[in-house]
Amino acid sequence: MSEWISLLTWGDAGWGDEMVRGALWTLLLATVAFVLGVVIGSLGAGAKLSYLPPLRWLGQGYTTVIRGVPDLLVIYLLFFGGNQAVMAIARSLFGYDGYIELNAFTIGAIALGTVSGAYSTEVIRGAVLAVPAGQIEAARACGMSGWLLFRRILVPQVARYALPGLGNVWQLTLKDTSLISIVGLVEIMRSASIASGSTQKPFVFYVSAACLYLVLTAGSNRAFGLAELWANRGVRRV
Amino acid sequence: MRFELFAEYFPALLAGIPMTLKLAGLSLFIGFFLAVVLAVLRTSGIRPLEAFVRSYVYVFRGTPLLVQIFLIYYGTGQFDFIKESFLWPVLREAYWCAIIALTLNTGAYTSEIIRGGIESVPWGQVEAAKACGMNVWLRFRRVVFPQAIRQALPGYGNEIILMVKSTSLASTVTLLEITGIARKIVSQTYAPLELFIMAGAIYLTIVFVITRAVDMLENRLSPDLMARRHVKNAAERDIASVH
Repeated sequence: MSEWISLLTWGDAGWGDEMVRGALWTLLLATVAFVLGVVIGSLGAGAKLSYLPPLRWLGQGYTTVIRGVPDLLVIYLLFFGGNQAVMAIARSLFGYDGYIELNAFTIGAIALGTVSGAYSTEVIRGAVLAVPAGQIEAARACGMSGWLLFRRILVPQVARYALPGLGNVWQLTLKDTSLISIVGLVEIMRSASIASGSTQKPFVFYVSAACLYLVLTAGSNRAFGLAELWANRGVRRV
Repeated sequence: MRFELFAEYFPALLAGIPMTLKLAGLSLFIGFFLAVVLAVLRTSGIRPLEAFVRSYVYVFRGTPLLVQIFLIYYGTGQFDFIKESFLWPVLREAYWCAIIALTLNTGAYTSEIIRGGIESVPWGQVEAAKACGMNVWLRFRRVVFPQAIRQALPGYGNEIILMVKSTSLASTVTLLEITGIARKIVSQTYAPLELFIMAGAIYLTIVFVITRAVDMLENRLSPDLMARRHVKNAAERDIASVH
Protein backbone atom coordinates (compact mmCIF):
# COMPACT_ATOMS: atom_id res chain seq x y z
CA MET A 1 0.00 0.00 0.00
CA SER A 2 2.76 2.45 0.98
CA GLU A 3 4.50 1.52 -2.26
CA TRP A 4 1.33 2.56 -4.13
CA ILE A 5 1.18 5.88 -2.36
CA SER A 6 4.84 6.56 -3.17
CA LEU A 7 3.92 6.10 -6.85
CA LEU A 8 1.49 9.00 -6.55
CA THR A 9 3.75 11.52 -4.83
CA TRP A 10 4.58 14.93 -6.26
CA GLY A 11 7.81 15.62 -8.14
CA ASP A 12 10.20 13.49 -10.17
CA ALA A 13 9.82 10.30 -8.17
CA GLY A 14 6.02 10.06 -8.22
CA TRP A 15 3.32 10.56 -10.82
CA GLY A 16 0.96 12.69 -8.71
CA ASP A 17 1.81 15.96 -10.44
CA GLU A 18 1.49 14.38 -13.91
CA MET A 19 -1.96 13.02 -13.03
CA VAL A 20 -3.16 16.36 -11.67
CA ARG A 21 -1.80 18.16 -14.74
CA GLY A 22 -3.78 15.65 -16.81
CA ALA A 23 -6.90 16.50 -14.80
CA LEU A 24 -6.41 20.20 -15.58
CA TRP A 25 -6.21 19.41 -19.32
CA THR A 26 -9.36 17.32 -18.99
CA LEU A 27 -11.14 20.20 -17.30
CA LEU A 28 -9.94 22.72 -19.88
CA LEU A 29 -10.89 20.50 -22.82
CA ALA A 30 -14.31 19.74 -21.34
CA THR A 31 -14.96 23.44 -20.71
CA VAL A 32 -14.00 24.54 -24.22
CA ALA A 33 -15.99 21.69 -25.78
CA PHE A 34 -19.03 22.37 -23.59
CA VAL A 35 -19.07 26.10 -24.40
CA LEU A 36 -18.65 25.33 -28.10
CA GLY A 37 -21.47 22.79 -27.73
CA VAL A 38 -23.80 25.36 -26.15
CA VAL A 39 -23.08 27.80 -29.02
CA ILE A 40 -23.72 25.06 -31.61
CA GLY A 41 -26.74 23.96 -29.58
CA SER A 42 -28.27 27.44 -29.62
CA LEU A 43 -27.82 27.66 -33.38
CA GLY A 44 -29.14 24.10 -33.75
CA ALA A 45 -32.20 24.85 -31.64
CA GLY A 46 -32.79 27.99 -33.71
CA ALA A 47 -32.55 25.90 -36.88
CA LYS A 48 -34.89 23.20 -35.59
CA LEU A 49 -37.49 25.80 -34.53
CA SER A 50 -37.12 27.85 -37.71
CA TYR A 51 -40.01 28.40 -40.08
CA LEU A 52 -37.70 27.62 -42.99
CA PRO A 53 -37.96 23.90 -43.84
CA PRO A 54 -34.35 23.51 -45.09
CA LEU A 55 -33.01 24.84 -41.78
CA ARG A 56 -35.30 22.47 -39.90
CA TRP A 57 -34.06 19.53 -41.99
CA LEU A 58 -30.46 20.55 -41.38
CA GLY A 59 -31.00 20.70 -37.61
CA GLN A 60 -32.88 17.43 -37.60
CA GLY A 61 -30.20 15.71 -39.68
CA TYR A 62 -27.43 16.98 -37.41
CA THR A 63 -29.00 15.74 -34.17
CA THR A 64 -30.13 12.44 -35.66
CA VAL A 65 -26.74 11.55 -37.11
CA ILE A 66 -24.61 12.64 -34.16
CA ARG A 67 -26.84 10.99 -31.60
CA GLY A 68 -27.03 7.77 -33.62
CA VAL A 69 -23.29 7.31 -34.12
CA PRO A 70 -20.69 6.42 -31.45
CA ASP A 71 -18.79 9.45 -30.12
CA LEU A 72 -15.55 7.61 -30.76
CA LEU A 73 -16.38 7.44 -34.47
CA VAL A 74 -17.00 11.21 -34.65
CA ILE A 75 -13.64 11.76 -32.96
CA TYR A 76 -11.86 9.40 -35.36
CA LEU A 77 -13.52 11.00 -38.35
CA LEU A 78 -12.48 14.50 -37.32
CA PHE A 79 -9.05 13.44 -36.14
CA PHE A 80 -8.06 11.48 -39.21
CA GLY A 81 -10.24 13.30 -41.71
CA GLY A 82 -9.91 16.79 -40.17
CA ASN A 83 -6.37 17.42 -41.32
CA GLN A 84 -7.25 16.25 -44.83
CA ALA A 85 -10.23 18.57 -44.90
CA VAL A 86 -8.24 21.56 -43.64
CA MET A 87 -5.51 20.90 -46.20
CA ALA A 88 -8.07 20.57 -48.98
CA ILE A 89 -9.62 23.92 -47.98
CA ALA A 90 -6.21 25.57 -47.75
CA ARG A 91 -5.30 24.25 -51.19
CA SER A 92 -8.48 25.30 -52.93
CA LEU A 93 -8.90 28.71 -51.25
CA PHE A 94 -5.34 29.90 -50.68
CA GLY A 95 -3.35 27.66 -53.01
CA TYR A 96 -1.31 26.48 -50.02
CA ASP A 97 0.22 23.09 -50.74
CA GLY A 98 2.09 22.30 -47.53
CA TYR A 99 1.23 19.92 -44.74
CA ILE A 100 -1.08 21.24 -42.02
CA GLU A 101 -1.72 19.42 -38.79
CA LEU A 102 -4.20 20.58 -36.18
CA ASN A 103 -3.15 19.64 -32.65
CA ALA A 104 -4.97 17.08 -30.54
CA PHE A 105 -6.53 19.71 -28.28
CA THR A 106 -8.10 21.68 -31.15
CA ILE A 107 -9.45 18.59 -32.86
CA GLY A 108 -10.63 17.19 -29.53
CA ALA A 109 -12.48 20.39 -28.68
CA ILE A 110 -14.11 20.53 -32.13
CA ALA A 111 -15.09 16.83 -32.02
CA LEU A 112 -16.50 16.92 -28.49
CA GLY A 113 -18.16 20.27 -29.19
CA THR A 114 -19.89 18.74 -32.21
CA VAL A 115 -21.09 15.80 -30.10
CA SER A 116 -22.24 17.81 -27.08
CA GLY A 117 -23.78 20.38 -29.46
CA ALA A 118 -26.26 17.75 -30.64
CA TYR A 119 -27.38 17.03 -27.09
CA SER A 120 -27.43 20.74 -26.20
CA THR A 121 -29.60 21.39 -29.26
CA GLU A 122 -32.31 19.12 -27.87
CA VAL A 123 -32.04 20.61 -24.36
CA ILE A 124 -32.22 24.20 -25.58
CA ARG A 125 -35.02 23.44 -28.03
CA GLY A 126 -37.06 21.98 -25.16
CA ALA A 127 -36.32 25.03 -23.01
CA VAL A 128 -37.43 27.44 -25.75
CA LEU A 129 -40.68 25.53 -26.17
CA ALA A 130 -41.23 25.72 -22.41
CA VAL A 131 -41.50 29.53 -22.53
CA PRO A 132 -45.24 30.24 -22.67
CA ALA A 133 -46.33 31.60 -26.06
CA GLY A 134 -48.46 34.20 -24.25
CA GLN A 135 -45.32 35.90 -23.00
CA ILE A 136 -43.99 36.28 -26.53
CA GLU A 137 -47.31 37.73 -27.62
CA ALA A 138 -47.35 40.07 -24.62
CA ALA A 139 -43.84 41.28 -25.45
CA ARG A 140 -44.87 41.91 -29.06
CA ALA A 141 -47.96 43.76 -27.81
CA CYS A 142 -45.67 45.96 -25.70
CA GLY A 143 -43.87 46.84 -28.90
CA MET A 144 -40.62 44.97 -28.28
CA SER A 145 -38.43 44.41 -31.30
CA GLY A 146 -37.16 40.92 -32.10
CA TRP A 147 -33.75 41.48 -30.54
CA LEU A 148 -35.13 43.06 -27.35
CA LEU A 149 -37.67 40.26 -27.00
CA PHE A 150 -34.90 37.69 -27.47
CA ARG A 151 -32.64 39.37 -24.92
CA ARG A 152 -35.19 40.25 -22.24
CA ILE A 153 -37.87 37.56 -22.46
CA LEU A 154 -36.43 34.49 -24.15
CA VAL A 155 -32.79 34.20 -23.01
CA PRO A 156 -33.27 34.57 -19.23
CA GLN A 157 -36.04 31.99 -19.11
CA VAL A 158 -34.46 29.58 -21.58
CA ALA A 159 -31.27 29.69 -19.50
CA ARG A 160 -33.24 28.73 -16.42
CA TYR A 161 -35.20 25.92 -18.05
CA ALA A 162 -32.14 24.56 -19.86
CA LEU A 163 -29.80 24.50 -16.87
CA PRO A 164 -30.62 21.00 -15.49
CA GLY A 165 -30.39 19.45 -18.98
CA LEU A 166 -27.16 21.28 -19.74
CA GLY A 167 -25.79 19.91 -16.46
CA ASN A 168 -26.30 16.41 -17.86
CA VAL A 169 -24.64 17.41 -21.14
CA TRP A 170 -21.66 18.75 -19.17
CA GLN A 171 -21.28 15.41 -17.37
CA LEU A 172 -21.40 13.57 -20.70
CA THR A 173 -18.80 15.91 -22.19
CA LEU A 174 -16.53 15.60 -19.16
CA LYS A 175 -16.57 11.81 -19.41
CA ASP A 176 -16.20 11.89 -23.20
CA THR A 177 -12.89 13.76 -22.88
CA SER A 178 -11.36 10.40 -21.92
CA LEU A 179 -11.79 9.36 -25.58
CA ILE A 180 -9.42 12.11 -26.69
CA SER A 181 -6.62 10.21 -24.93
CA ILE A 182 -6.80 7.73 -27.80
CA VAL A 183 -5.74 10.43 -30.24
CA GLY A 184 -2.87 11.55 -28.02
CA LEU A 185 -3.88 14.48 -25.78
CA VAL A 186 -2.23 13.99 -22.38
CA GLU A 187 -5.30 14.31 -20.18
CA ILE A 188 -6.20 12.07 -17.22
CA MET A 189 -6.45 8.80 -19.15
CA ARG A 190 -3.31 9.35 -21.19
CA SER A 191 -1.31 10.32 -18.09
CA ALA A 192 -2.59 7.17 -16.40
CA SER A 193 -1.58 4.94 -19.29
CA ILE A 194 1.86 6.56 -19.64
CA ALA A 195 2.41 6.09 -15.90
CA SER A 196 1.20 2.48 -15.97
CA GLY A 197 3.43 1.77 -18.96
CA SER A 198 6.55 2.91 -17.17
CA THR A 199 5.79 1.49 -13.72
CA GLN A 200 3.88 -1.70 -14.64
CA LYS A 201 1.23 -0.73 -12.07
CA PRO A 202 -1.87 -0.11 -14.22
CA PHE A 203 -4.35 -0.81 -11.42
CA VAL A 204 -3.00 1.99 -9.23
CA PHE A 205 -3.11 4.55 -12.00
CA TYR A 206 -6.48 3.66 -13.48
CA VAL A 207 -8.03 3.71 -10.00
CA SER A 208 -6.44 7.14 -9.47
CA ALA A 209 -7.85 8.24 -12.82
CA ALA A 210 -11.31 7.04 -11.77
CA CYS A 211 -10.99 9.00 -8.52
CA LEU A 212 -9.98 12.15 -10.39
CA TYR A 213 -13.02 11.82 -12.67
CA LEU A 214 -15.24 11.31 -9.61
CA VAL A 215 -13.85 14.48 -8.03
CA LEU A 216 -14.48 16.42 -11.25
CA THR A 217 -18.03 15.10 -11.76
CA ALA A 218 -18.97 15.55 -8.09
CA GLY A 219 -17.53 19.06 -7.96
CA SER A 220 -19.19 20.20 -11.16
CA ASN A 221 -22.48 18.62 -10.03
CA ARG A 222 -22.41 20.90 -7.01
CA ALA A 223 -21.54 23.89 -9.18
CA PHE A 224 -24.53 23.21 -11.41
CA GLY A 225 -26.73 22.79 -8.33
CA LEU A 226 -25.68 26.22 -7.10
CA ALA A 227 -26.21 27.71 -10.56
CA GLU A 228 -29.73 26.29 -10.60
CA LEU A 229 -30.45 27.84 -7.20
CA TRP A 230 -29.16 31.17 -8.52
CA ALA A 231 -31.19 30.95 -11.73
CA ASN A 232 -34.35 30.19 -9.76
CA ARG A 233 -33.79 32.92 -7.18
CA GLY A 234 -36.75 34.97 -8.39
CA VAL A 235 -39.13 32.04 -8.76
CA ARG A 236 -41.72 31.26 -6.13
CA ARG A 237 -41.16 27.81 -4.69
CA VAL A 238 -44.16 25.58 -4.33
CA MET B 1 -13.64 10.86 -51.76
CA ARG B 2 -12.82 7.61 -53.49
CA PHE B 3 -16.17 6.02 -54.13
CA GLU B 4 -14.78 2.67 -55.28
CA LEU B 5 -13.67 2.14 -51.67
CA PHE B 6 -17.28 2.03 -50.51
CA ALA B 7 -18.05 -1.10 -52.50
CA GLU B 8 -14.67 -2.65 -51.79
CA TYR B 9 -14.72 -2.43 -47.99
CA PHE B 10 -18.43 -2.43 -47.15
CA PRO B 11 -18.60 -6.24 -46.74
CA ALA B 12 -15.59 -6.18 -44.39
CA LEU B 13 -17.36 -3.65 -42.17
CA LEU B 14 -20.60 -5.61 -42.25
CA ALA B 15 -18.63 -8.55 -40.87
CA GLY B 16 -18.16 -6.50 -37.68
CA ILE B 17 -21.89 -6.28 -36.97
CA PRO B 18 -22.15 -9.68 -35.20
CA MET B 19 -19.39 -8.70 -32.75
CA THR B 20 -21.03 -5.33 -32.03
CA LEU B 21 -24.41 -6.96 -31.46
CA LYS B 22 -22.92 -9.76 -29.35
CA LEU B 23 -21.15 -7.26 -27.09
CA ALA B 24 -24.25 -5.11 -26.71
CA GLY B 25 -26.72 -7.99 -26.48
CA LEU B 26 -24.87 -10.11 -23.94
CA SER B 27 -24.03 -7.21 -21.64
CA LEU B 28 -27.56 -5.79 -21.87
CA PHE B 29 -28.98 -9.23 -21.05
CA ILE B 30 -26.80 -9.88 -17.99
CA GLY B 31 -26.87 -6.19 -17.04
CA PHE B 32 -30.67 -6.21 -16.96
CA PHE B 33 -30.78 -8.89 -14.26
CA LEU B 34 -28.07 -7.09 -12.33
CA ALA B 35 -30.09 -3.87 -12.64
CA VAL B 36 -33.30 -5.46 -11.36
CA VAL B 37 -31.47 -6.82 -8.32
CA LEU B 38 -29.81 -3.44 -7.70
CA ALA B 39 -33.09 -1.56 -8.11
CA VAL B 40 -34.87 -3.87 -5.67
CA LEU B 41 -32.06 -3.45 -3.11
CA ARG B 42 -32.12 0.31 -3.68
CA THR B 43 -35.82 0.46 -2.83
CA SER B 44 -35.69 -2.23 -0.13
CA GLY B 45 -35.67 0.14 2.85
CA ILE B 46 -32.59 -1.60 4.29
CA ARG B 47 -30.12 1.22 4.90
CA PRO B 48 -26.71 -0.50 4.36
CA LEU B 49 -27.91 -2.16 1.14
CA GLU B 50 -29.32 1.10 -0.16
CA ALA B 51 -26.06 2.87 0.63
CA PHE B 52 -24.07 0.17 -1.16
CA VAL B 53 -26.19 0.40 -4.32
CA ARG B 54 -26.10 4.18 -4.21
CA SER B 55 -22.30 4.26 -4.13
CA TYR B 56 -22.04 1.57 -6.83
CA VAL B 57 -24.24 3.63 -9.13
CA TYR B 58 -22.38 6.82 -8.21
CA VAL B 59 -19.00 5.38 -9.13
CA PHE B 60 -20.11 3.81 -12.41
CA ARG B 61 -22.03 6.87 -13.56
CA GLY B 62 -19.36 9.31 -12.43
CA THR B 63 -16.44 7.75 -14.31
CA PRO B 64 -15.95 7.26 -18.06
CA LEU B 65 -16.61 3.80 -19.49
CA LEU B 66 -13.10 3.85 -20.95
CA VAL B 67 -11.60 3.96 -17.42
CA GLN B 68 -13.77 1.01 -16.44
CA ILE B 69 -12.69 -1.03 -19.46
CA PHE B 70 -8.99 -0.22 -18.96
CA LEU B 71 -9.21 -0.92 -15.24
CA ILE B 72 -10.59 -4.38 -15.87
CA TYR B 73 -8.44 -5.23 -18.91
CA TYR B 74 -5.07 -3.73 -17.90
CA GLY B 75 -5.58 -3.12 -14.17
CA THR B 76 -6.30 -6.69 -13.10
CA GLY B 77 -3.08 -7.90 -14.72
CA GLN B 78 -1.08 -6.06 -12.07
CA PHE B 79 -1.80 -8.69 -9.42
CA ASP B 80 -0.07 -12.04 -9.40
CA PHE B 81 -2.79 -13.63 -7.29
CA ILE B 82 -5.33 -12.86 -10.03
CA LYS B 83 -2.98 -14.15 -12.70
CA GLU B 84 -2.66 -17.44 -10.84
CA SER B 85 -6.36 -17.78 -10.05
CA PHE B 86 -9.17 -19.41 -12.00
CA LEU B 87 -10.30 -15.92 -13.08
CA TRP B 88 -7.31 -15.30 -15.31
CA PRO B 89 -8.52 -17.27 -18.37
CA VAL B 90 -11.52 -14.91 -18.37
CA LEU B 91 -9.76 -11.66 -17.49
CA ARG B 92 -7.02 -12.34 -20.02
CA GLU B 93 -9.51 -12.15 -22.87
CA ALA B 94 -10.29 -8.65 -24.15
CA TYR B 95 -13.75 -9.90 -25.14
CA TRP B 96 -14.76 -10.90 -21.61
CA CYS B 97 -13.21 -7.79 -20.09
CA ALA B 98 -15.30 -5.66 -22.43
CA ILE B 99 -18.40 -7.69 -21.56
CA ILE B 100 -17.75 -7.33 -17.81
CA ALA B 101 -17.17 -3.57 -18.05
CA LEU B 102 -20.22 -2.98 -20.28
CA THR B 103 -22.39 -5.18 -18.01
CA LEU B 104 -21.39 -3.42 -14.79
CA ASN B 105 -21.86 -0.06 -16.52
CA THR B 106 -25.31 -0.71 -17.98
CA GLY B 107 -26.32 -2.36 -14.68
CA ALA B 108 -25.72 0.94 -12.88
CA TYR B 109 -27.61 3.09 -15.41
CA THR B 110 -30.47 0.62 -15.87
CA SER B 111 -30.99 0.18 -12.13
CA GLU B 112 -31.76 3.89 -11.89
CA ILE B 113 -34.22 3.62 -14.80
CA ILE B 114 -35.98 0.65 -13.16
CA ARG B 115 -35.96 2.35 -9.77
CA GLY B 116 -37.86 5.23 -11.35
CA GLY B 117 -40.35 2.68 -12.68
CA ILE B 118 -40.76 0.97 -9.31
CA GLU B 119 -41.27 4.26 -7.52
CA SER B 120 -43.89 5.31 -10.07
CA VAL B 121 -46.23 2.48 -9.03
CA PRO B 122 -48.86 4.06 -6.76
CA TRP B 123 -48.45 3.03 -3.12
CA GLY B 124 -52.19 2.35 -2.90
CA GLN B 125 -51.79 -0.57 -5.28
CA VAL B 126 -49.13 -2.14 -3.08
CA GLU B 127 -51.41 -1.68 -0.07
CA ALA B 128 -54.32 -3.22 -1.95
CA ALA B 129 -52.16 -6.19 -2.91
CA LYS B 130 -51.14 -6.58 0.75
CA ALA B 131 -54.80 -6.42 1.75
CA CYS B 132 -55.53 -9.22 -0.73
CA GLY B 133 -52.99 -11.31 1.15
CA MET B 134 -50.22 -11.32 -1.48
CA ASN B 135 -46.73 -11.94 -0.14
CA VAL B 136 -43.72 -9.81 -1.09
CA TRP B 137 -42.65 -11.95 -4.02
CA LEU B 138 -46.14 -12.29 -5.51
CA ARG B 139 -46.73 -8.54 -5.05
CA PHE B 140 -43.51 -7.76 -6.86
CA ARG B 141 -44.17 -10.23 -9.67
CA ARG B 142 -47.84 -9.41 -10.31
CA VAL B 143 -48.26 -5.76 -9.33
CA VAL B 144 -45.05 -3.77 -9.08
CA PHE B 145 -42.71 -5.27 -11.68
CA PRO B 146 -45.01 -5.31 -14.77
CA GLN B 147 -45.96 -1.68 -14.26
CA ALA B 148 -42.42 -0.64 -13.43
CA ILE B 149 -41.16 -2.20 -16.67
CA ARG B 150 -43.82 -0.48 -18.77
CA GLN B 151 -42.95 2.82 -17.16
CA ALA B 152 -39.19 2.28 -17.60
CA LEU B 153 -39.38 1.20 -21.24
CA PRO B 154 -38.76 4.56 -22.98
CA GLY B 155 -35.74 5.20 -20.75
CA TYR B 156 -34.51 1.67 -21.33
CA GLY B 157 -34.78 2.13 -25.09
CA ASN B 158 -32.32 5.02 -24.79
CA GLU B 159 -30.04 2.84 -22.70
CA ILE B 160 -30.04 0.12 -25.41
CA ILE B 161 -28.99 2.68 -27.99
CA LEU B 162 -26.29 4.08 -25.70
CA MET B 163 -24.96 0.57 -25.21
CA VAL B 164 -24.77 -0.14 -28.94
CA LYS B 165 -22.76 3.05 -29.31
CA SER B 166 -20.61 2.21 -26.27
CA THR B 167 -19.48 -1.08 -27.80
CA SER B 168 -17.25 1.02 -30.07
CA LEU B 169 -14.96 1.48 -27.05
CA ALA B 170 -14.22 -2.24 -27.16
CA SER B 171 -12.07 -1.44 -30.20
CA THR B 172 -9.60 0.25 -27.81
CA VAL B 173 -8.81 -3.13 -26.26
CA THR B 174 -8.13 -4.77 -29.64
CA LEU B 175 -11.61 -6.13 -30.36
CA LEU B 176 -12.61 -6.08 -34.01
CA GLU B 177 -16.19 -4.88 -34.01
CA ILE B 178 -17.44 -2.27 -36.52
CA THR B 179 -15.24 0.60 -35.25
CA GLY B 180 -12.23 -1.66 -34.75
CA ILE B 181 -12.45 -3.01 -38.30
CA ALA B 182 -12.88 0.49 -39.74
CA ARG B 183 -9.84 1.66 -37.82
CA LYS B 184 -7.79 -1.29 -39.05
CA ILE B 185 -8.73 -0.74 -42.70
CA VAL B 186 -8.01 3.00 -42.36
CA SER B 187 -4.47 2.23 -41.24
CA GLN B 188 -4.01 0.18 -44.42
CA THR B 189 -5.76 2.42 -46.94
CA TYR B 190 -5.42 5.95 -45.49
CA ALA B 191 -9.05 6.60 -46.35
CA PRO B 192 -10.55 7.76 -43.04
CA LEU B 193 -13.51 9.67 -44.49
CA GLU B 194 -14.85 6.81 -46.59
CA LEU B 195 -14.44 4.12 -43.93
CA PHE B 196 -15.72 6.08 -40.91
CA ILE B 197 -18.72 7.38 -42.86
CA MET B 198 -19.64 3.83 -43.84
CA ALA B 199 -19.22 2.65 -40.23
CA GLY B 200 -21.39 5.56 -39.05
CA ALA B 201 -24.09 4.59 -41.54
CA ILE B 202 -24.12 1.04 -40.19
CA TYR B 203 -24.51 2.28 -36.61
CA LEU B 204 -27.30 4.66 -37.70
CA THR B 205 -29.15 1.77 -39.30
CA ILE B 206 -28.83 -0.39 -36.18
CA VAL B 207 -30.01 2.49 -33.97
CA PHE B 208 -32.96 3.15 -36.30
CA VAL B 209 -34.08 -0.48 -36.19
CA ILE B 210 -33.83 -0.56 -32.37
CA THR B 211 -35.80 2.70 -32.05
CA ARG B 212 -38.60 1.28 -34.18
CA ALA B 213 -38.64 -2.01 -32.27
CA VAL B 214 -38.85 -0.24 -28.89
CA ASP B 215 -41.68 1.96 -30.21
CA MET B 216 -43.61 -1.11 -31.29
CA LEU B 217 -43.01 -2.84 -27.97
CA GLU B 218 -44.18 0.28 -26.14
CA ASN B 219 -47.43 0.21 -28.10
CA ARG B 220 -47.94 -3.49 -27.41
CA LEU B 221 -47.37 -2.99 -23.70
CA SER B 222 -49.90 -0.14 -23.47
CA PRO B 223 -53.18 -1.93 -24.23
CA ASP B 224 -55.07 0.93 -22.58
CA LEU B 225 -53.64 3.44 -25.05
CA MET B 226 -54.32 1.09 -27.98
CA ALA B 227 -57.90 0.60 -26.83
CA ARG B 228 -58.42 4.33 -26.46
CA ARG B 229 -57.02 4.95 -29.93
CA HIS B 230 -59.28 2.21 -31.26
CA VAL B 231 -62.36 3.78 -29.67
CA LYS B 232 -61.36 7.19 -31.01
CA ASN B 233 -60.93 5.85 -34.54
CA ALA B 234 -64.31 4.12 -34.35
CA ALA B 235 -65.92 7.33 -33.10
CA GLU B 236 -64.38 9.29 -35.95
CA ARG B 237 -65.69 6.76 -38.44
CA ASP B 238 -69.17 7.07 -36.95
CA ILE B 239 -69.05 10.86 -37.22
CA ALA B 240 -67.83 10.59 -40.80
CA SER B 241 -70.64 8.20 -41.71
CA VAL B 242 -73.23 10.55 -40.25
CA HIS B 243 -72.10 13.43 -42.46
